[in-house]
Amino acid sequence: INHIVHNGGLYKRPFNEAFEETPMLVAVLTYVGYGVLTLFGYLRDFMRQWKIEKCQNATEREEQKDFVPLYQDFENFYNRNLYMRIRDSWNRPICSVPGAKVDMMERVSHDYNWTFTYTGRVIKDIINMGSYNYLGFAQKTGACQEAAAKVLSQYGAGVCSTRQEMGNLDKHEELEKLVARFLGVESAMAYGMGFATNSMNIPALVGKGCLILSDELNHASLVLGARLSGATIRIFKHNNMQSLEKLLKDAIVHGQPRTRRPWKKILILVEGIYSMEGSIVRLPEVIALKKKYKSYLYLDEAHSIGALGPGGRGVVEYFGLNPEDVDVMMGTFTKSFGAAGGYIGGKKELIDYLRTYSHSAAYATSMSPPVVEQIITSVKCIMGEDGTTIGRARVQQLAENTRYFRRRLKEMGFIIYGNEDSPVVPLMLYMPAKIGAFGREMLKRNIGVVVVGFPATPIIESRARFCLSAAHTKEMLDTALKEINEVGDLLQLKYSRRRLVPLLDRPFDETTYEETED
Amino acid sequence: AGVGQQWVLVEMVQAFYEAPAYHLILEGILILWIIRLLFSKTYKLQERSDLTLKEKEELIEEWQPEPLVPSVPKDHPALNYNIVSGPPTHIITVNGKECINFASFNFLGLLNNEKVKSAAQASLKKYGVGTCGPRGFYGTFDVHLELEERLAKFMRTEEAIIYSYGFATIASAIPAYSKRGDIVFVDEAACFAIQKGLQASRSNIKLFKHNDMADLERLLKEQETEDQKNPRKARVTRRFIVVEGLYMNTGDICPLPELIKLKYKYKVRIFLEESLSFGVLGQHGRGITEHFGINIDDIDLISANMENSLASIGGFCCGRSFIIDHQRLSGQGYCFSASLPPLLAAAAIEALNIMEDNPDIFQTLRTKCEWIHKALQGISGLKVVGESFSPALHLQLEESCGSRENDVKLLKRVVDYCMNSGIALTQARYLEKEEKCLPPPSIRVVITVEQTEQELDKAASLLKEAAQSVLN
Repeated sequence: INHIVHNGGLYKRPFNEAFEETPMLVAVLTYVGYGVLTLFGYLRDFMRQWKIEKCQNATEREEQKDFVPLYQDFENFYNRNLYMRIRDSWNRPICSVPGAKVDMMERVSHDYNWTFTYTGRVIKDIINMGSYNYLGFAQKTGACQEAAAKVLSQYGAGVCSTRQEMGNLDKHEELEKLVARFLGVESAMAYGMGFATNSMNIPALVGKGCLILSDELNHASLVLGARLSGATIRIFKHNNMQSLEKLLKDAIVHGQPRTRRPWKKILILVEGIYSMEGSIVRLPEVIALKKKYKSYLYLDEAHSIGALGPGGRGVVEYFGLNPEDVDVMMGTFTKSFGAAGGYIGGKKELIDYLRTYSHSAAYATSMSPPVVEQIITSVKCIMGEDGTTIGRARVQQLAENTRYFRRRLKEMGFIIYGNEDSPVVPLMLYMPAKIGAFGREMLKRNIGVVVVGFPATPIIESRARFCLSAAHTKEMLDTALKEINEVGDLLQLKYSRRRLVPLLDRPFDETTYEETED
Repeated sequence: AGVGQQWVLVEMVQAFYEAPAYHLILEGILILWIIRLLFSKTYKLQERSDLTLKEKEELIEEWQPEPLVPSVPKDHPALNYNIVSGPPTHIITVNGKECINFASFNFLGLLNNEKVKSAAQASLKKYGVGTCGPRGFYGTFDVHLELEERLAKFMRTEEAIIYSYGFATIASAIPAYSKRGDIVFVDEAACFAIQKGLQASRSNIKLFKHNDMADLERLLKEQETEDQKNPRKARVTRRFIVVEGLYMNTGDICPLPELIKLKYKYKVRIFLEESLSFGVLGQHGRGITEHFGINIDDIDLISANMENSLASIGGFCCGRSFIIDHQRLSGQGYCFSASLPPLLAAAAIEALNIMEDNPDIFQTLRTKCEWIHKALQGISGLKVVGESFSPALHLQLEESCGSRENDVKLLKRVVDYCMNSGIALTQARYLEKEEKCLPPPSIRVVITVEQTEQELDKAASLLKEAAQSVLN
């Protein structure tokens, strides 16, 4: 399904994104499944209340029993009765570098997941399809690790001060210049945590009297940053440009809700790759809209930096656009660079303003020096400035792995969401029982996958999510595909009926904005 | 029955013929009116004047947004950072000059410790740098589990949870428990991270005067009378008090024993932020609870960051499992963010080992703090703000010269004088427009265990000189 003809040539390459519809029978059975689980949940709660079944929950202190209860019973219903039964699929402890193959500590539970004990055994060489290791920089040997070790012995592990006080090391300045060069922007600033980059800088950019237009499926950090800023938030349907245009028009024409005053500024929050859907933002159209309606664009490239584009420079390079068109380019170093932290890039006035008024610069400790060195080395490697072609080769390998893996899964008959070029591959499971079953069966076959359910996804759309890496060889992918095929047959996961709904035919969104009650 | 019905009908027709004309006309008009109302179009309550397409386009053309960010003047005090070349340890090279470091929160001197560095190196060789995932998705390493166990054992609580960023620790912990409709009593001098946590929680915030227990009790009594008016709502409204062990903004200690009494009297839970007091107060460095000899189970949640005494990155919360376990699913900074790099966790474990093996460094640190607190008294123009045993003091101007800007410039001259003579100091930085209760401008003086007594004396005399020359 190509959209080149639509939008008059904004796209220089085919944009293939598809979200196959949920088959009706599967949807019905999923609801039935949740209904049965809820009934059993009520039954067990009843039995626990009447002491027929032992209550394994931690309880409040005796001296504080007459305080107002800290948690409402109903809030924890989902936690107690659904999550607890399958929670061995999450928080799996590993004890090696999170590369293409990983070692996991074996743990067993004798009381249905209420407590875990470690047997002491280590399961070796599990194919890791869950870590965000897109370019394979999570390594314990190699140039990056050696440079980081040198810096660690010279500088130490911590910094003990904030950027504005005594925590601004020469390493940080070096990193920021390099990141600015890598992205093709005037200037950049780096922070210690990707989540905090969003939640502490969006409030510095917008405030009361401004409007934020945020995608439906934005990450929790963007939502928190938008809420903390105090601006009005309106949500447009996921990746739906008609919805966004309608909101923009309405906002400018009608102004602020009751006073009708014009908005001070409008900020559009989008992500490069959405990690739960695997979809890529329609950046050419967003930029065209942004220019037409004079608003500002905040692009969160947490998953797409390093993973898209022929040079690994992210979704802007992928579409062949000018980085100066994006007002605020934000990203994280955790995923493709094998380190930790986040950055914001943009014009010099923007970065100067953030250096002065960002919450993180004034109150939060700066980044740790060995982590900074890892980022510097990996960025140089991707750009090819370290004298090798490793970076380029990895970016190409990732693109090939992505195409191959997605094609094979689709051929097998699974429902796969998202864009053809995104290294995040969600495979639909739908039914709650299959979430736990898929995770466990794949682990038995030595493959580590990530499964997600409610509340990270809508209640009937639970999925397994594969994150491809440049470190995966073709043999590893073939092994994984063989096992997925087996488990897919065992659990009857091959729902696809090859009836892909073309995105143009999706119903146009008639609703107007949804405001928060703040 | 049929005859009865027929008779009623006849009576009706008869009444119809006998009614006066005006009555019939009135009835007829009423019936016609009802029919009209039934068939007329309903009108909207809000008259939206429908703009034509051309008018809309004109509005869109005319609208001019503000620039994304206002321009910042080049000489803004917070814009020009000090550049530190090399490690920020005891002797620090700031802007090219070598100075003695009185500005980094390296209380126990563990930043340059060889054992800590070699533990981090071993971890780097085994795990690489990053964890490439949040705790829920293959980002939980055995070092994280070990660090959590060690912290829980050290603080003598049931469980601990670690975060990868110090600021995010308390800012994610508060909204996990306190929601819209709950009430939080917080000290005026609470640090910015607590303020952001409270803002994210959407609860009712009640500020009480700094360290003023009478004011807090007044607020609690007011809340009690409110509760009696609406007991059903009071039964589900959670209440919390958020205080810090040693306040970052004022260097004071909080009166914890009185707070415990208030806790049980008014049934409020206490959240304690111990970033500055962890590894400083108490006989073994366990913080303010050890300092006052209070049972640690009386405090519902203790939160601290590992970026001060432990010289690493990140933060932790500790307490009973009943409370801490909840954050594993509802702490935003925990669930939606990558976990702490293993080398930093290993550095923190080694730092804990050193703290446990050398319990006398805490007393050494406190002695040094008392020494310099005494030495800094009597500087003309500057007053010392903070407890005598607090390792992070503030030096404020005794008399302000009118505007905050001028005060900041004056203090900058004092700091520059000291930096040129070999003592590295910094002003305490705040976001002036964002703080709820902005503290006055001050110079931050940090005492570490590595500073010798000569260096402390040198710093005190230099500050006296600087104050003399700049302020007089």
